[in-house]
Amino acid sequence: MNSGDTAFVLISAGLVMLMTPGLAFFYGGMVRRKNVLGVLMQCFIVLCVLSLQWVLFGYSLSFSPGNGPIGSLDWAGLRGVGLEPYPDYAATIPHQAFMIFQAMFAIITPALIIGAFAERMKFSAFLVFTVLWATFVYDPVCHWVWGTGGWLKNLGALDFAGGTVVHINAGIAAIVTILIIGRRKNYENKPVPPHNLPFTVLGAGILWFGWFGFNAGSALAANGIAANAFVVTNTAAAAAGLSWAILEWFINGKPTIFGTVTGAVAGLVAITPGAGFVGVMSAILIGFSASIICFIAVGLIKPKLGYDDSLDAFGVHGIGGIWGSLACGLFASKLINPAGANGLFFGNPKQFLVQLITVCITIVYTFAMTFIIFKLVDLTIGVRVTESDETMGLDLTQHREGAYTLLE
Amino acid sequence: MKLIIAIIQPHKLEEVKKELYKADVNLITVSEVLGHGKQKGVTEVYRGVKETGNLLRKIRLEIAVNENFIKPTVDAIIKGARTGKIGDGKIFILDLPECIRIRTGEKGGDAIG
Repeated sequence: MNSGDTAFVLISAGLVMLMTPGLAFFYGGMVRRKNVLGVLMQCFIVLCVLSLQWVLFGYSLSFSPGNGPIGSLDWAGLRGVGLEPYPDYAATIPHQAFMIFQAMFAIITPALIIGAFAERMKFSAFLVFTVLWATFVYDPVCHWVWGTGGWLKNLGALDFAGGTVVHINAGIAAIVTILIIGRRKNYENKPVPPHNLPFTVLGAGILWFGWFGFNAGSALAANGIAANAFVVTNTAAAAAGLSWAILEWFINGKPTIFGTVTGAVAGLVAITPGAGFVGVMSAILIGFSASIICFIAVGLIKPKLGYDDSLDAFGVHGIGGIWGSLACGLFASKLINPAGANGLFFGNPKQFLVQLITVCITIVYTFAMTFIIFKLVDLTIGVRVTESDETMGLDLTQHREGAYTLLE
Repeated sequence: MKLIIAIIQPHKLEEVKKELYKADVNLITVSEVLGHGKQKGVTEVYRGVKETGNLLRKIRLEIAVNENFIKPTVDAIIKGARTGKIGDGKIFILDLPECIRIRTGEKGGDAIG
C-alpha cells in the first residue's frame, strides 16, 4: 500500500465526479431555456442512480474475474471488495479506492448520451434506459477492455482511460437513440441557438479540469505515467481548441467561443485512450486532427444527413473516441510506457489492427444492444414526451419547475 | 394608422415572422411578457411546495401599420400563431395618432413603412 498513490487516486475520483455536473452545464447551456433544468436533472440523477447501481452490482459485473464477456456477481454489494489492494488492477491502493474511481467513469458515460436526445425525452423512460444501458452495455464493454479475463484486454487492445469504454460506447449509443427518438419538433437542420453559452464555457472548463483526474488518475499511481498523461491531456485539449477556432476563422469568417470549447472537448476525448502511451508531440497531432475530424462530422456531415444529434454527443464523443482509439494504435510508444505497446508509426502495424478490431467490435455490440434496450423502453414506456410537452419544455412538464423568472 | 399588438405563444414566433415577411411586413418589435388567460397558467413545485397559477411566457408583438396593411398583418399573425388550442393569444388594434422616424424627422404614414 502506498499513501501517495492512494491519495492521488482518491483525489482523481473526486475530479472525475465533478465532470458530470460539469457536463450538465456544458450541455445545459446549449439547450433552449425551457429545457435547461431537464438536462441538469438528467445529468444529476445519473450521478445518484448509477452510484447505487455500481456498488450494488455494476462494479461486480464489470470487474470481478468472470469469463471473457462479463464479470460475475461475486462482488455484488461490494462483498469482498475491501481496503486491501487487489493487485490485478492496482497493487498499491485499497481495492475500494479503485472501485470508486471506476464508479465515476460508469456515471459519466451514460450522462454523455444525454446530448443526443436532449429536449425531447421523457424523464421516466430516461431513468429506465439509463439503468438498463449501464448494466447491459457499459458493464460488459468495461469488462472486455479493463476487467480480468476480459477478451479485448487479452487481445492486447490499448485503452488507457476509456476511449472505447467511455467515448465510443456513449457516442454509438447516442446515434442509436437519435435514430429511434427522431428529430426535435421544427428542427430544420440548423443549430438551435444555445440559451446560455457562458454555462457551456463554464462546463467545458470543469470538464477540462476533471479530465486530469480521468486521464492522469488512470495511471492508478502517482508516478511518471500519470505525469505524462496529465501533460498530453492538457496539450491535446489546447491543440484541438485552437485548431477548431482557426478552422472557423477560415471557413466561417470568425472564431467562436462555442467552437473553441467544442474543439477542446474533442481533443480531450481523442487523447483519452492514448494518454498513458503517447508522447507530447503525438498529442499535438492527435488534438489538431481531432478538431478537423469532429468539425467535419458536426459542421458538414450532420447537416447533410439531417439527423438531430442535438448537442453533438455522437459527433464529438463517438467520432472523437473512434479517432482517439485508432490514433493510439498509430502513436503509442514503448519509450513512453514500457508496459504498453508500439503503434504503427513506431514499427508495430499489428497494434493499429488490434485497435481497429476493438473499435469495430465495440461499435457493433453497442449499436445492437442499445437499439434493443431503447426500442424496448420505447415500446413499454415511450421514450418521447408528447408534442405539447415538448413545446412547453421539459422543465415545466417533466419537473414542474422553471429555471428563470422574468419578474422578481 | 393603427398599432397592432399581438400576444402569442413563444414557440409560434418563428412561424408568425415567416408569415409577416410573406405579407411584406418587415418592421416589428418583439418583447417577452408573462400572462395567462383562461388557461390559468401552470403549477410549479419548489421543494415540495406547490404554487398554482404561475404565469406563462408569452411573446408580445407590436407592429405599426398604414390602413392598407391592417388586414394582411392580422391575417399573417393568425396564420402563424393559431394552433386551435387554448392559449393561442389575442390581437389588439389601436388607433395611432402620430408616428415619427427619428433619423429623418418624417411624420405620419411615410414614417411607418
